[in-house]
Parts: sequence; structure tokens; C-alpha cells
Amino acid sequence: MSATEGAHPGLNIAHPHAQAQEETETALFGFWVFLMSDAVIFALLFATYGVMLPATVGGPTPATVYEIGPAFLETLILLTSSFTFGLASIAMKHDAPCRRILGWMGATLVLGLAFLALEVRDFITMFAQGATPMRSGYLSSFFALVPLHGLHVAAGCLWLVVMMAQVVVFGLDGRVRINTLRLGLFWHFLDIIWIALFSVVYLQGLIR
Amino acid sequence: MTEPLWPALLGRFGWQDLPFVRAWADPSLSEIIGAGAGALVVVGGLAVVVLITWLGRWGYLWREWFTSLDHKRIGILYVVIAFTMLSRALVEAVLMRMQQAAAINAPGFIAPDHFAQLFTTHGSIMIFFMAMPFLTGAINYVMPLQIGARDVAFPLLNAVSLWLTAGAAGLMMVSLVIGRFSTGGWTGYPPYTELAFSPDVGPDYWIWAVTLGSIGTTLSGLNFAVTIYKLRCPGMTLMRMPMFVWTSLCTSILMIFAMPPLTVATALLALDRYLGFHFFTNDLGGNMMNYANLIWLFGHPEVYILILPAFGVYSEVIATFSSKELYGYTSLVIATMAIAVLSFTVWVHHFFTMGQSANINAVFGIATMTIGLPTGVKIYDWIWTMFRGRVRFSVSMLYSLAFMMTFVLGGLTGIILAFPPLDYLVHNTLFLVAHFHNMLIPGLLYGMLAGYHYWFPKAFGFRLDEKWGRISFGCWVVGFYLAFMPLYVLGAGGMTRRSQAVFEPAFRPWLYVAGVGALVLLSALASLFVQLWVSIRNREANRVPVGDPWNAGGLEWSIAAPPPEYNFAVIPTVNDRDPFHGDKADGDPYAPPKRYEAIAMPANSMTGPALGVLGAVTAFGLVWHMWWLAGFGLAAGIATIVARSFVRDLHRTIPAAEVARIDRHWRRDIRKAKPVGRAVEGTPANRGLAEVEA
Repeated sequence: MSATEGAHPGLNIAHPHAQAQEETETALFGFWVFLMSDAVIFALLFATYGVMLPATVGGPTPATVYEIGPAFLETLILLTSSFTFGLASIAMKHDAPCRRILGWMGATLVLGLAFLALEVRDFITMFAQGATPMRSGYLSSFFALVPLHGLHVAAGCLWLVVMMAQVVVFGLDGRVRINTLRLGLFWHFLDIIWIALFSVVYLQGLIR
Repeated sequence: MTEPLWPALLGRFGWQDLPFVRAWADPSLSEIIGAGAGALVVVGGLAVVVLITWLGRWGYLWREWFTSLDHKRIGILYVVIAFTMLSRALVEAVLMRMQQAAAINAPGFIAPDHFAQLFTTHGSIMIFFMAMPFLTGAINYVMPLQIGARDVAFPLLNAVSLWLTAGAAGLMMVSLVIGRFSTGGWTGYPPYTELAFSPDVGPDYWIWAVTLGSIGTTLSGLNFAVTIYKLRCPGMTLMRMPMFVWTSLCTSILMIFAMPPLTVATALLALDRYLGFHFFTNDLGGNMMNYANLIWLFGHPEVYILILPAFGVYSEVIATFSSKELYGYTSLVIATMAIAVLSFTVWVHHFFTMGQSANINAVFGIATMTIGLPTGVKIYDWIWTMFRGRVRFSVSMLYSLAFMMTFVLGGLTGIILAFPPLDYLVHNTLFLVAHFHNMLIPGLLYGMLAGYHYWFPKAFGFRLDEKWGRISFGCWVVGFYLAFMPLYVLGAGGMTRRSQAVFEPAFRPWLYVAGVGALVLLSALASLFVQLWVSIRNREANRVPVGDPWNAGGLEWSIAAPPPEYNFAVIPTVNDRDPFHGDKADGDPYAPPKRYEAIAMPANSMTGPALGVLGAVTAFGLVWHMWWLAGFGLAAGIATIVARSFVRDLHRTIPAAEVARIDRHWRRDIRKAKPVGRAVEGTPANRGLAEVEA
């Protein structure tokens, strides 16, 4: 496979020789496969949520516990964080100074943490209304699906911190570049999952 | 439940959780057997530790095996796990057969609760800790060699998968010594496995052992698929890949997509048990049918995860030992892919009786029968491969032949079960037990054993003993028929599966025959170990250093046995389906490379063992509600991953001179060896250099 054949648009790694290019491609392809496996987990939890939606057993229903305001704000924050991560990737692609890459990563981290804080606040509100996972099958499925996404975002935040530390320690070496690209895929993947959560869980729940 | 001893530190552990204490308090045969099994684990574990210490081999094992990222070493360790766990689960099977034979209108010698643990561990181990490690080990060892690669795509991840599997298997063994195992069967159906009915540690052991193992398997599948897609040597197009690589690819894809449902099922059950969720409980909106769907959404593709690699082995073995090219390669590829796709469309046939409409059952029944078609294609392809070939009845070939006969028989009873009205008659009886053993013993175990005999000389540089191989083969086959054919009769006669006691005297003769069969199967395993012992003792006579003992065509046979760490001194280029046959026909299969280059291989890492141990520690803490331990294990696991990401020294370079030295040493062996014909391949004359036939 020639160097150009193996190159992805947008991820030239600034290693001129073909072997590094191939390694990057293999690494990223592997991460894509991992994300697809992870997507199956989310798909099954969505299905479980759909199956258990009627099982409110006299407890809170979607319409009574969801709030569109915070959910919309969380959506905006997460989408913006994907944008800032994209800017970090572009900065890395053009070999911008580490300072700028760290800046965009930092912005992404702050937005990610803000998202998590708002989401936890949502959960606390729900708990205060008696909407706990122990209350009904429906709430169990909600609290398996939505917090799992939150847990992914939290893992992404930890990963961001690690990557920022590595940019400081190693600069933009091959490993840092590959892992930043992987983290980028992860972060955008969580965005897509959230879009699905927002439309399937929150919007549909409020229509009912 | 017993009184917790020291809840803050030891969680819910109490003295009664030790089988020795239970046997002391109630010295019944059932408890003594339990304590004996626990003692065997403790004494066996200690004996291994003492033996290694006495031989002074800890450093060697740590450097060369435990921290190695070499796919060959990892593959062998997987097979070691498989044989260890096979031994335990087979003994459990024998105990169950003896109990049923003894418990006809009598209590027998194993208490009901103990019996339930036996069938649960037997099933869980055979699927998750015997079959899965065996095939993962085989793929690990063979696939990179067959595609001309130096390792898998992610060598560290490979070690992590291995050690997660090892940690999970360790947890299964610990459950014999501390506490008890689940009584809910290998599928752990709720609501029975919910807190309301099983408040003890048993289902938690099951949940965490299976979860750890399934995470490891998902990662293995990912690793293999990426390896096959990305690391094939120049010229190896998809349609030139050996059949075993094709089946490995399909199995890997199934692992990637079918293991997540299992992880979801066990995780949701854990949420129910630990945090009071209501996914599968009887009250507050729980829906246990969702569990049945989730577990079988995994469970059915799992059947093909298990069987496809064996199909790959048979394709290799039958072609080699018939001295012919594989018949119908393209149709075999298509059939394999068809099976992989169809495997996701049949899961409901595992619960035809659980209340969905007749139309749904009909759809899934027809889909199930459809799988018979591609499988039939394969059987015919193998038969045509043998047709007019020079068939040699080596041990591997014997397994392949036994497989074809036996598997077709099991397939026929599968068609019976796929027909919903008939399934209603035999659902939950021994008929079903007979059917799936009839599929998995030939379709997995025989395949793996055929592969074991076929590739062992490649892995260790000497052939396995033929005589003991044949004895073991005979016992596996005779034992299978004796142990499982009676179960068809018993099942059709209405005997339910998992019965601790039997109340129908007419079943007696059949149960006796099945019991004898179980003992024959046990001697089959014993002969396998004797064979290993004898083969190691006589290894000098049976060495095949040149590396091609069977005159086969794949790339793996074109290198030394055992292969050097880097597999290929120079990455080969292939231009047909059996590249090594092509080279041999051209008359120059061992052309020395023009020059040698330094080779970078992955450096050793202790990340794998660390994560395996920490995973098992976390799981153990969760099982016993030792929250501090679980928290520590999890935190340390995350810290390990983060720390590893800072490591930059990932490769170890083997200098060109060293590569040249190893390669030239092997070439001396080639020059010294005399080419042998196929008639004497089972004799010490065979040094691994094949006589090229006209």
C-alpha cells in the first residue's frame, strides 16, 4: 500500500514515511471498530429504554420529569465542545504551537465538565422528585442509558487531561498525534450518541 | 446466609463461606466433594507455585511468557487456560452423570444445591473458559503466521485480553474455595438470579467472571479483525487468504458485535442486584423477556463464534491430509459469511415456548433451518476435497472425519428443534442437551483438538505421539456417542434437563450407559495428558525443525518450527492461494533472502498481567461487597492504563546480524534434513522437510 493510498484526508501526521502513515491508519481503524462495538451497547440500551418506556408503574412519567431547557443547553454545550475539539485537531494538523492546541483542548475540557455538571444537576432534580431508578422499570432504563453516556463523557474528560499532560511532556510526537485523533473520534461519537439521546429520550418524552 | 465476620473489611464473608467449614459442620458426601474440590484448587495452586520456585523459573516465566506480547506465546497461554478449565469442567460433567445414575428414586450423593452449581459452572466454564480461550489461542497462534505478519495489530491489547480472560478464569477457581457459585445455569436467567431468589454471592461470581471474560473477548475480536484487514503480506488478497483466516475473520466480526449484548445483559443484571434497579425483577415493571432476548442475541452468534474457527481448522486439515487443494474455496468463503450473517437472525429459537406468536416462531424457525444450507455446502466441499485425494489418517484427519459424521447427525436433530411444534415437545429436556453437545463436541472440541495436533509441531518443534493420539481420539468419539446418544432417548422420553434426581425407573439403563460414556470421555482427556507427557519425553526423536511436517501449503509451514520471535526474516510476497505449495512446486521453497534487516518487535510489558490481576481483584471485591477492594482495583486499573500511555519505549530492535544468525542456523537444519514422503510422516524420519511429489 503506497503512502498516499493509506492517507486519510485531514489526518496527515507529518511523518513523511509510509510506515508511520500505515500505523496510524491501523490504529484509527481499530478505534473505529471499538466505537462500533460500543455503539452496539448504546443501541441495545436504546432498545431496552423503548421496551421499558410503558413500565412507569404509577410513578413519574417522561413528561413529568424531563426538562427541555437544561437538556437543550447541554446539547449546545456538547456540540460546541465538538467544535472546539475540531479546532484542536486542525491546530495539530497544521503544527500550530502547543499553546494553541492546549488552549482548544482546555476549552473542550471546560465544556465537557460543564455538560457533566448540568447533567448531574438534572439527575439531582429528578431524584428530588422521586424519579429514582429504584422506582420503576422505565426509570431503571433511563438511568442505565443516559448516565452511561455521561460516564463516557467523564472518561473523555480524563482522557483530555492525560492528552494535555502528554502534549506538555512530549510535544506532538507520533503517539500523541495518534491518541489525539482517537480521542477526537471518541468525542464526536459521544456527540452523535447525545443527539440520539436528546431526540429519542428528551424530545419524544416531552411530546407524550 | 452466614453471619458476616468483619463487614467493613471482609464484606459479607463469613466462616460458613469456606467449603471446609461447611464440610466439618455437615460431613455429607456432597459437602466433602465440595471441600475436596476447594482443597484441590488450594493444593494445586500451591504445588504449582512451589514447583516453579523449586525450578527457579519465575524470572523466566515472567520475562518470556507473562509479560511477552508475542502473539505465539499469548496463543499458547490461552490454550493452557483452555486445557486447565476443560479438566475441571469435565470432572464436573462426570460427577453430574454419576449423580443422575445414582439418584433413580434415591437421593444420590450430591445435594440439589450443589448439583445446580455443578451444571452452572460446567456450562459457564465450557463456553467461556474452555471453548473461547481455545479458539482465541488457536487464532492468536496461527492467523498472523498464515497472513505473513509479524504480530497482531495491537500486541499490548492482545496481552490485556489474555490476562482479563485469565483473571476471569481465576475468579471461577476462587469460587470453589471461597463462597459458592451461581445455581442459575450458564445463561443466568432472571428473575431466579435476582436478589429476591438468589441473595448469595453465586450469581455475582457468575456476572463478574462472565463480564471480565467477555470484555477480553470483544477486544480480541477487534484485534483479530484489524489484523486481518490491515496486516496481510503483499499479494495476499482477501480471496487468497487461507480458510482458517476467513473463519477467524468471521468469528472476530461476530465477537465485535455479539459480545456487547452479553455485556449489557450482565451489566443490567448487576444493576438490579447491586443498586436496586428493576430491569428483570418480578415487580415494579421489570421485564425478564428482555433478558432472554439480550442473552440470546449474544448466545446464538456465540455458537458460530465457537464453531467457525473449527470449520477453518477442518478446511486446512482435510486439504493437507488429502494432498489436495481445498475444493470449492469460493463457496466455502461465501458459506462462512452467510453463516455469520444468519447467526444474528435466529436467536428467538432458544425460547420458542416463551410466549411470542406462532408467526414469529415460524419466521425464526425457518431462519434457523436456513443455516443448514451453507453448512451443508461446507460438508460437501470437504467431502469433495477428499475425493480422489491421497487421504492419510493422521490424528487430525481422524478428528475431521469423526466431526463430519457426528456433526451432520447433530444438525439433523437441530432441524427437529428448529420446528416450533416439535420444539414444544422436547423443550428443556435432555434432547436439547444431547443436541447442543452433539454440535459443540464435534463442532468445537474435535476441531480444536485437530488443530492442536496439526499445529503443535509448528509451535513446539516436535510432533505429538501418534499412538496416544489415536487412543485419545477413540475415547473422545466412543465416549461422546455413549454419553450423549442415550440423552436423545431420555429427552424424547420426557426427562428434563438439570434434574438432580430421577423418578422413572425406565430411564435407568440409559443413564447407566451415559454414565459409562462420561467415564470414557474422562479417560480421553487423561490420554491427552499422557500423550503430552510421552511426546515431551520423546521429543528428540520427533523433532521437525525444518517446519513442514505435513507437506502443507500455507505460509506458516514455510518457516522454522518453532518459529523465531519475528516469524518471518523477510516479509513474504504471495501470488496464489497455497503460496508454500507454489514455492515447493517451483523447486526453491527455501531461497535465502538477499539481505537481512533489523526487525522492531513490541517490547515486553507488565500492563497485561497488571490489568488482569486488578480486574479480578475488582470483581472479587464486588462479589463480596468489599467496596474498598473494588474501589482500589478500579482506581489502580485506570492508573495503570494512564501510566502505560506515558511509556514511549515500545519497541525492541532485533539487529540484522541476530536475524541472520537465527535464519542461517535454520538453513543448516534444512541442509541436514532428508526430504520424507508422506508414507513415513508419522515416523522419526520426518524432520519437517517434505519430499515434493510430482
